[in-house]
Amino acid sequence: MSAVEVSHVVKSYRNKVAVDDLSFFVSQNEVFGLIGPNGAGKTTTIRMMMDIVKPDSGTVTILGEKLSEASKHRLGYLPEERGLYRKLTVMDSIVYLASLKGMDGRLAEQRANELLSETGMLSHSGKRIEELSKGMGQIIQFIITIIHNPELIVLDEPFSGLDPVNTEILKKMLINLRGQGKAIILSTHQMNQVEELCDRILMIDGGHAVLYGGLSEIKAKYRSNSVIIDFDGELGQIAGVIEKRTNKNYVELVLEENTTPGQVLEQLVTAGIVINRFEVATPSLNELFVKVAGKNHE
Amino acid sequence: MNRVLLIFKHEFRQTVGRTGFIILTIVPPLIALLAIGVSHTISGISEPSAEATGIGYVDEAGGFEQFTTQGNLNFVSFDTTEAATQALVNKDIEEYFVIPEDFVSTGLIRRYTTQRELTPPAATTTAIKNFISSNLLSGKVPETTVTRVEEPLNLVTITLTATGVVAPEQGGPGNLIIPIIVGIMLAVSLTFSSAYLLQGLAAEKENRLMEILLSSVSTRQLVTGKVMGIGSAGLIQVAIWVATVPPLLRLASSSLGGFISMIQIPPGLISLAILYFVLGYLLFAVLSVGIAAVSTSVREGQTLASIFTLWVIAPFWIISVIMLVPNSPAWVVLSIFPFSAPVMVMLRLGLTGVPTWQLAASIAVLVLCIIGGLMLAAKLLRAYVLMYGKRPGFGEIIRNLKSG
Repeated sequence: MSAVEVSHVVKSYRNKVAVDDLSFFVSQNEVFGLIGPNGAGKTTTIRMMMDIVKPDSGTVTILGEKLSEASKHRLGYLPEERGLYRKLTVMDSIVYLASLKGMDGRLAEQRANELLSETGMLSHSGKRIEELSKGMGQIIQFIITIIHNPELIVLDEPFSGLDPVNTEILKKMLINLRGQGKAIILSTHQMNQVEELCDRILMIDGGHAVLYGGLSEIKAKYRSNSVIIDFDGELGQIAGVIEKRTNKNYVELVLEENTTPGQVLEQLVTAGIVINRFEVATPSLNELFVKVAGKNHE
Repeated sequence: MNRVLLIFKHEFRQTVGRTGFIILTIVPPLIALLAIGVSHTISGISEPSAEATGIGYVDEAGGFEQFTTQGNLNFVSFDTTEAATQALVNKDIEEYFVIPEDFVSTGLIRRYTTQRELTPPAATTTAIKNFISSNLLSGKVPETTVTRVEEPLNLVTITLTATGVVAPEQGGPGNLIIPIIVGIMLAVSLTFSSAYLLQGLAAEKENRLMEILLSSVSTRQLVTGKVMGIGSAGLIQVAIWVATVPPLLRLASSSLGGFISMIQIPPGLISLAILYFVLGYLLFAVLSVGIAAVSTSVREGQTLASIFTLWVIAPFWIISVIMLVPNSPAWVVLSIFPFSAPVMVMLRLGLTGVPTWQLAASIAVLVLCIIGGLMLAAKLLRAYVLMYGKRPGFGEIIRNLKSG
């Protein structure tokens, strides 16, 4: 059973189509990256999954069923636009919002103490939300998202406003949650986090899917026929290389269509060049994002 | 636990725990208690002394020698104005008056006093009037006629029902006191309860909590829980005020005396007050939901809401005109207009009564407005609750409501 199955959903606001015939699925036990430029339709897609916005057409199945009020407690959602009751204490905020997810008050308090301890926030449990820094508030919001042990976790820009220490804490917790078999949807503009955490991705632009699949498959698909080398000695003439791009610490060799990286490596070894690094160049997700999104906006 | 109940409990606790709510609940009874205390003190200070007050007079017309004791006032005769002035300067008398020679034809009396005053004290004027009339009429007409001249009539109005029997409710100032108190309570509790609801919803939108809440509960559950929780807190506030009225009235009766015994509660007032609180609160609740949906901040929401809440207190601005012209058609309109109806009906119940058809029309209009308002507010909430930072224009709201 997929954690999420979105099938041919369409959503329009007045004259603008926000999501157009979008389909994808998210499996259990995976971190799924939902990426795209601003205004691409990510938030609308998430809101349709959360049953906050109704699609004009198409279906959304969450954990094997159409989302209902009764099954909302199986989901954890951290929206991009988020906040807390400023006058409430940390503990009261967590317990109240956990109780709306069907948790017993005492159990919520016990679990809150565990999570606050794990994130180093236990000493702040009696403070009012308004007394916390933005980053601390983010951690509390994350705790509220996962406290009720949801099967599907949707996180919209979870790392924004976090310092590197808290970012690492959050990433470790996400990896742990995936280890527990949870399905996690991560929507962010921080491509390095997507590359580090996600198994598969969906990139949408203008409401359409423009990239969809396993991260390594996508990167392989967009791989250019070039190699990166770091060497000692004189490179000289190499057959099958049409361009040399010299960078500070390495040289990128752009190969002819029929030349393989193995043929180039063989030539370099034969020429007696000392090779410190040799790798097939693959584009970073950031480069892919700019390339695909940029093409669509030309 | 049911999610509506959870929201209800949360909102109720948050509302009754507010410093503003606690102050608002205990301050009116405290003010009343303070007013009674001040009234007691003042009445103690101004208690008429057992010692008679001396008022001098100079009788230039002649024939004003009898009836020199009028209640607590003693009239002391002086031969000349100089002698009377001297007695006044020496503080032998409080004041004096002169009855000129041509008094019978002119009616002129000159009064001399060392006190600066706006108008002569009513007790002094009545005493002088009775002294004059008694002396003028004595021996010429029977004693009872003199009494009738001094107190011509004691008008007692008896209100009959449509069938000609004596009505159980006889009207008068005593009939208006409780409706005014209930009207004030309604106005305050309606204004504040709806303000708390608006503030709560607008703050959740402003603090970006709405989307987190809506991932756990539906908009219907959220709004129902909030309306019930805050409304219950408002109802408890009114109940506390109502509960303090009887002991306060008992306490007041010792200083206000017989006036308290005149106080009547118009029939059906309490049940109508509860009904109008519930309907009025529901109307302002749906209005608050709609306003919170389109507002970008708490302050903006409160400004928009004041356009409607002003109508709640509007009847108090014109209460003196309502008393002067109690049967104007304008008051009928204000009794049916949903925003002013709760308070207006309470005031009219104390003044002249409200015909059954007007009550029925007023309640029906309120109910229709609540149902219509609920549908519009739900549409607005769905359309705008997750729209941050930009308030939609009036035209856009209308277009969205039309398109659904």
